[in-house]
Amino acid sequence: MLQHSWVILLLPLVGTAVISILGRYLSKLATSLVACGVVGLAFLGTVAAAVQLEGLPPRLQAVQEVLFRWIVSGPLHISFGLLVDPISLLFMLVITGVGFLIHVYSVGYMGEDKNFRLYFAYLNLFIFTMLLLVMANNFLWLLVGWGGVGLASYLLIGFWYERPSAVAAAIKAFVMNVIGDVGIFLAIFLIYLSFHSVSYNRVFHLAYTHPAAAGVMTAITLLLLLGAVAKSAQLPLHTWLFDAMEGPTPVSALIHAATMVTAGVYLVARCYPLYHLSPTGATAVAVVGGASALLAATIGTAQTDIKRALAASTMSQIGYMIMAVGLGMYAAGLFHFLTHAFFKALLFMAAGNIIHALGGEQDLRKMGGLAKRLPVTYWSFLAGTLAISGIPGFSGFFSKDELLGQTLNRGHVVLWAVGVAAAFLTAFYMFRMFFLAFSGSYRGEVHPHGEAPRVMLVPTVILAVLAVVGGYLVLPGVWDLIGNFLAPAFSHWHGGAGAVGNPHHVNWLSMGISVLLALAGFGVAYQVYHRRAWQPAPWPFLSQLLYRKYYFDELYDAVFVRPAVRLGAVFGAVADRLVIDGGVMGLARGVRTLGNGLVFLQSGYVRRYALTIALGAAAILAYYVFWA
Amino acid sequence: MILFGILALLALVFAVFMVATRNAVHSALFLIGNFVILAILYITLGAEFLGLAQILVYAGAVMVLFLFVIAYLSAGTEASETGPALAWQLPLGIAAGVLSLGLLLWGTLGAVLTPTAAPPHFGSLAFLGRALFTTYLFPFEITAFLLLAALVGVVVLVRDER
Amino acid sequence: MNTNLTYYLVLGICLFAVGTAGVLVRKNPLVMFMSVELMWNAVNLIFLAFSRYLADAAGQVFVFLVITVAAAEVATGLGIIVVVFRRRRSLDADRLSALKE
Repeated sequence: MLQHSWVILLLPLVGTAVISILGRYLSKLATSLVACGVVGLAFLGTVAAAVQLEGLPPRLQAVQEVLFRWIVSGPLHISFGLLVDPISLLFMLVITGVGFLIHVYSVGYMGEDKNFRLYFAYLNLFIFTMLLLVMANNFLWLLVGWGGVGLASYLLIGFWYERPSAVAAAIKAFVMNVIGDVGIFLAIFLIYLSFHSVSYNRVFHLAYTHPAAAGVMTAITLLLLLGAVAKSAQLPLHTWLFDAMEGPTPVSALIHAATMVTAGVYLVARCYPLYHLSPTGATAVAVVGGASALLAATIGTAQTDIKRALAASTMSQIGYMIMAVGLGMYAAGLFHFLTHAFFKALLFMAAGNIIHALGGEQDLRKMGGLAKRLPVTYWSFLAGTLAISGIPGFSGFFSKDELLGQTLNRGHVVLWAVGVAAAFLTAFYMFRMFFLAFSGSYRGEVHPHGEAPRVMLVPTVILAVLAVVGGYLVLPGVWDLIGNFLAPAFSHWHGGAGAVGNPHHVNWLSMGISVLLALAGFGVAYQVYHRRAWQPAPWPFLSQLLYRKYYFDELYDAVFVRPAVRLGAVFGAVADRLVIDGGVMGLARGVRTLGNGLVFLQSGYVRRYALTIALGAAAILAYYVFWA
Repeated sequence: MILFGILALLALVFAVFMVATRNAVHSALFLIGNFVILAILYITLGAEFLGLAQILVYAGAVMVLFLFVIAYLSAGTEASETGPALAWQLPLGIAAGVLSLGLLLWGTLGAVLTPTAAPPHFGSLAFLGRALFTTYLFPFEITAFLLLAALVGVVVLVRDER
Repeated sequence: MNTNLTYYLVLGICLFAVGTAGVLVRKNPLVMFMSVELMWNAVNLIFLAFSRYLADAAGQVFVFLVITVAAAEVATGLGIIVVVFRRRRSLDADRLSALKE
């Protein structure tokens, strides 16, 4: 499988092609089988590839496969190739594995939708582009995948295109992502100028052997960070993620929680040799991550829409990962990516079950007392909440404490404090959400249905199990399976030293403090929200500030959107009306006048045409005979 | 030389008659005659296979198709030539023909042409086949598609629309 | 070869001119069409003459392709004539001027 990893990549593409071309002939069952089947097969292929890769000596654990030459133009040679190493394999496992579960879940969630087939075609397209993103062996194909996931995300956010808000959200997400794409584009130009190649292997080798100027490296890393920030919804390009919740809930689980938004983490981890050479760039990554983690956590405490609250939590958790990779703790960041994929997808799916049962209601104020009505969802959501809050024994505890402990070990006290504060807030807002949804009495108007169908519950439960046990891959002081798995990838190029923490260096102080704060967060949430009716917060200004997400949307609207609209209006009134319309209409009028003058030439008689051709040919002939 | 003179004269006579006669069936018959003469000329030029193909495809298949269509439309009469003609079309048409004749001859007769010795088996089936299936394989395959397209096109075109 | 290339060229040119005149002066689309065939053949003759004198296979291959294309052209062209006749009940090229406007 390792030598034929293109099969893994192509399977979802086949799925999307089959569904979009033959869709009208396929029943819903056949569509589901095709869509889930290709992703499931891709997952099995990835597992086989992972097993094979583990069997290789660490030095060889980066399998490159060049499939075809893409652009050959003068000195520019760009081929299409795949790179399978532990980093890409970890992402592939999550993309196909969690992706498969969410595909199955979607069969139930989207079962009644009239565009059922279109949905699965998009979903398979997303899996394909995401795999392309993580499997490409050069920057240009990374960018192709990068743009592809942006497209899939756009299509799926705007999937319910009859809602104006969904369309607006889709456009917003696309535009903000394109800002990041431009950043990556510029970074690729700089990389090519400095190293005359875009393939990872050459660039990472040359970056060390023939270093570029420090300023250039900083520019490259900052531009890549711009891409990562846009895709991963970090400050200051985070606002699209909240609106992206307009998409179907499984989409939020797959794209806007588990996989696509972590592409920024992948990008920084993949480019570790570059960030190693640019301390400024790496520090910027860490600061952006830490700031996003804290800011998003505060936003999460005031959201009333269950999905928007989860979106804030996603942004915050990805902030942790970005911070970790910025500090060079790649294994810790990627481990958190893995556990986050489990528990955040789980939380979204459980939220989806609630929304399904309440007939589309997403407002936490209109929930409550759902524990008895939705027992499976209740226990799953609880598992996810415990995991994300960092309660000992659940997966989030292991990954978050690995991450925070290493931060403190390396002496980044401020970032550590930020992380711990965010951990407290995380526990608070997650249990707030949990209590608002499940405890107390039901506050909504619609009569809730019962539990979701089994096709939705089974993936939820599987993810709940993973969210609980996934953390034991790294047992502090005992073993570090993730670190061992990833270590070869970080020895392949220069600059990966310290990427994998020492499992025996456990920072008990950090762990103790964060566990205490997590319990405190739980306690506060219990005091305020357990078995209570919804009440507005006592500080209206603060809660409004948080509910409005620090007025970022309003700010961007005033600074960028409205001036652009006004500028457009000016151009529409002046440039369009006078210059363009005038030119086009004038041209049309001129052509019409000319045509009226020449209409006698078009007699409609074929023999006249033939005569014209013959005379014209004779004229050309005469030119060649007498003058040429 | 004498053979060529006779054949050329015959070909020209047939061609002029083909254009001049009022009856479409006669036109077709004169054209067949012209094609047969041309086939003989091809063979004198060393293109044996193409000479035979000329007879088979042109004088045979194509002209049979023409005659069949003429018969099918029962338009073998002069009826179509009796209606009002376009003004000045006849003199201008003849003028255009003469003009191109003069110009082409003018251009050709002034040229200096040096012959090259022909290789053995020039024009044989094997010779042409080797060229067709090696150097010119791609255009050859394309013509296959062209024929297929024409076949389908004609079927679609003349299909009874009821 | 005792016949000069120029003779073949002159014959080809004459046939071509006759064909041109035929297309222009005849009103029966079938005869116009036959004249076009005559022009094709005049060109073929010139191709073959050059092929022989330059000892190059390209000319022969070209003629081969022309014959094929001409066959396709005749098939479609006659198809069009048949359809036009069915619609208009007339075989006079000068009565067809629907392309005007």
